[in-house]
Amino acid sequence: MPLKNMNLPNTRRFAPRLLLSLLLWGASLAQAQLSIQITGAGANQIPVAIADFGGDPGTSRSLTSVVRGDLERSGLFKLVDPHGAVLTETSPIDYPSWKSLGADALAAGSLGTSADGRMEARFRLYDVNRQTQLGGAAYLTGVPQLRAAGHRIADYIYEKLTGERGIFSTRIAYVVKSGSRYVLWIADSDGQNAHEALVSREPIISPAWSPDGSRLAYVSFENRKPIIIVHSLASGKRDVLANFKGSNSAPAWAPDGQRLAVVLTKDGSSQIYLINASGGAAQRLTSSAGIDTEPQFSPDGAYVYFTSNRGGSPQIYRVPSSGGNVERITFEGNYNVTPRPSPDGKSLAFIARHEGRFQLSIMDLASRQVQIISDSYKDESPSFAPNGRMIVMATEVGGRGVLSAVSADGRIKQRLSVTAGDVREPAWGPFSK
Amino acid sequence: MKTSMKLSLAAAAVTLALAGCGTTSEKEGGGAPVESRESPSTGVTRVEAGGVQSGKLPAVLTDPNSILSKRSIYFDLDRYDVSEQYRGLINAHAKFLVENRQFKILIQGNTDERGSREYNLSLGQKRADAVKQMMVLLGVREDQIESVSLGEEKPKAEGHDEEAWAENRRADILYLGEF
Repeated sequence: MPLKNMNLPNTRRFAPRLLLSLLLWGASLAQAQLSIQITGAGANQIPVAIADFGGDPGTSRSLTSVVRGDLERSGLFKLVDPHGAVLTETSPIDYPSWKSLGADALAAGSLGTSADGRMEARFRLYDVNRQTQLGGAAYLTGVPQLRAAGHRIADYIYEKLTGERGIFSTRIAYVVKSGSRYVLWIADSDGQNAHEALVSREPIISPAWSPDGSRLAYVSFENRKPIIIVHSLASGKRDVLANFKGSNSAPAWAPDGQRLAVVLTKDGSSQIYLINASGGAAQRLTSSAGIDTEPQFSPDGAYVYFTSNRGGSPQIYRVPSSGGNVERITFEGNYNVTPRPSPDGKSLAFIARHEGRFQLSIMDLASRQVQIISDSYKDESPSFAPNGRMIVMATEVGGRGVLSAVSADGRIKQRLSVTAGDVREPAWGPFSK
Repeated sequence: MKTSMKLSLAAAAVTLALAGCGTTSEKEGGGAPVESRESPSTGVTRVEAGGVQSGKLPAVLTDPNSILSKRSIYFDLDRYDVSEQYRGLINAHAKFLVENRQFKILIQGNTDERGSREYNLSLGQKRADAVKQMMVLLGVREDQIESVSLGEEKPKAEGHDEEAWAENRRADILYLGEF
């Protein structure tokens, strides 16, 4: 789709620093709500118009604002102002006038009532240049689930126009430290709809989503030492997965959700073990005199990537998950940590230290070429979105911990911060079912 | 290892295991300080953790003129080898523990804030283990010492400069009753 630089007087100009409005759900929630700033955008943005949907105007506006916000935040779309046009999924489309507004794609829809009396969000997506329909869908919803319906519509549009799965319906886990209070939050990927999963007076680190998105494994210091907990989000049930002598940390789920790789010091130095998600004994996977930590399964489950100082400085290695020969992956510099294989298994995100700066880097695993993709200096804990497009990580701005999301090509950047407290330890959840 | 036991019970079990005897007084914040668990409304006063007292320890461990009141071993960036200057301090604690087998210690390793939290957790463990191993070689029994890591999570110095970082690259010796 061609990209045109339209010069319409009424075209809404998107400020480079767009602050999404906060949902004020009481003071504590509002304080912890993530606000998102977009600080970079994709090179080739698809111009798309989301018409005002039919149905109750107020509710429809809430829905379309979620769809528009999602698409805009992705950095891959340029939103074309529909100039107040209300179009339902059955309205005839005046393709030439949308083309003159610069839109390559157009979505129209309505909020109506389904056969069983529930609220239903319906929409259609059109290719303006080819003057054809690209598809459409209807989602049962309700006022409390309106945002979720908006995310699903945005996911549909995103996938149709980019060819890759959308991530607007996914969730992000993160930890906010305010004074001596630590809260593990679960929010939608747009920072809204945040819920406290755990409140503690001791640190919480390394949250890791189970592949089905129902549970989080994390490290809690609530027993005055690090232990690993598996926490079912819906019920709040918490099970101790590892509380061996010494430190227990760095949980990572196998792709099948049956096992986790963990780091234990029960036999001496930090080493990597495999443990069943349902419990049982820990089986040692690595063996070195030094530090082996930060295990992470490759998406096919064949390898476990990890950080080790066995060669004298912390570097990234991998070992077959069934055990075997250890292979060194990083060689440049003397501090390469926190390996995170991309969802397609083709690249590896990690943190590299260069002259005291800790920066997000990406290695192409076939060529072993490394590219630094951040311009910040205290990057930690990168986590891929399930479609591999974005990486969320913790970094620091003005002495405060914030989350930063950057596209794997480094072009699109978003910053997620809370008004009070340090945000850290982000973990991007899997695709929703 | 997976159990559904309440974490507060797990915490108590750890405390008792470390104590080796049933005399641990309820230390402040020793139970799982997780606010998501509601206290039963039976007139129990909620206590905030912090300010643990070491009143029960013999004076030789706390007297500022005693070498045994010195509890911190400092480390260089990325390192976990114990420098020569702490040998006397570690020897003194080892001697005390050999002569007083009923005493137990916790060694907590710490790091500065820079770099990976998980790598720092392992680095802190290495620092605590390095001190522990020296003491074991000097005759302290394994069951008198637990070494754990707090990584970069509990910085003593809150600053973000070389001075604060140096203060936080540290292993601390805590006697039972102090943790």
